[in-house]
Amino acid sequence: MTPSTPNRDFWRGLRDGLPFLLVITPFGLLFGVVATEAGLNVYETLSFSIVVIAGAAQFTALQLMVDDVPALITLVSALAVNLRMAMYSAALTPYLGAAPVWQRALIAYFTLDQSFATATAKYESTPDMALKNRVAYFFGAALAVSPAWWVATLAGAMLGKSIPDWMALDFAVPITFLALIAPMLRTLPHVLAALVSIVVALVFAFLPYNLGLLVAGVAGMMAGAELERQLRMRSGQGGTS
Amino acid sequence: MIETWEIWLVIVGLGIGSFLLRFSFTGLVGGRALPEWLLRHLRYTAVAILPGLVAPLVVWPAATGGAPDAPRMLAAAAALLTGLVTRNVLAAMFVGAATLYLALYLL
Repeated sequence: MTPSTPNRDFWRGLRDGLPFLLVITPFGLLFGVVATEAGLNVYETLSFSIVVIAGAAQFTALQLMVDDVPALITLVSALAVNLRMAMYSAALTPYLGAAPVWQRALIAYFTLDQSFATATAKYESTPDMALKNRVAYFFGAALAVSPAWWVATLAGAMLGKSIPDWMALDFAVPITFLALIAPMLRTLPHVLAALVSIVVALVFAFLPYNLGLLVAGVAGMMAGAELERQLRMRSGQGGTS
Repeated sequence: MIETWEIWLVIVGLGIGSFLLRFSFTGLVGGRALPEWLLRHLRYTAVAILPGLVAPLVVWPAATGGAPDAPRMLAAAAALLTGLVTRNVLAAMFVGAATLYLALYLL
């Protein structure tokens, strides 16, 4: 097989990220509608989506501002919702850490649930990708969804129309993520990590600021890593690690 | 009514904070090698975070006010199973969405 060019990997990333438009577009529309209903003007609403570019944290911040919570508490709560981004950053480091700093800064800005999930799935299934190709793929995946987030926010803010209930768009998020996770469950440790994550997330769902998700994430990662270590020891390739 | 200064404080503060979170490891660690035990944990980030993100949305959907809902459960199961069997993301999304609409219509 001939090695792929960065250019080709960019387009591949773009194509692989496109299904997420089905999530991003309604979610962005909804944010635009809700933000203008909360009293933000079109310019403020669009700025929100361009500067912050994180759906769940934006909805959290908006809801808390509407509830008249002090600005500092609003900020801390919304950042807590975004803490998983630090985990994504850590997970991307082995793949992208050697890129130039300006590229890493851009990658950081464009790190969303969707771009992270698309890129990680690719890096795991194609371990021999060169750094340039990985970076190009990431930007492809990011540009498939990010502009749609801005445009959908703007459209929602300008139209101000609610999305009809029968479309059940609330469920676009779970379905697309499940569709993406399922093919990633390649080994027993991956399956265990996912199962532990689900159980812990449900048990700790009562925690405020989405903290239950962080507990679930750490628990799932520990379960996956530990099972991998034990399986490797049992098959006699463990060594010291 | 939300004050204008408060809106901008939250937008700018949240923007900077979110960027720092996203840049935390790629920015500080960069190209240096991470220890093996940490890499072993990081390999499971995606499969440990995303299912936990989705699980409460499936079990307690916001659209029904948090009441468990058969069409949504069926759709989630259909998307997951299709993804496991076909290893095809688009097929799983399509089957999940089709199941949701069919179940909402029939049930």
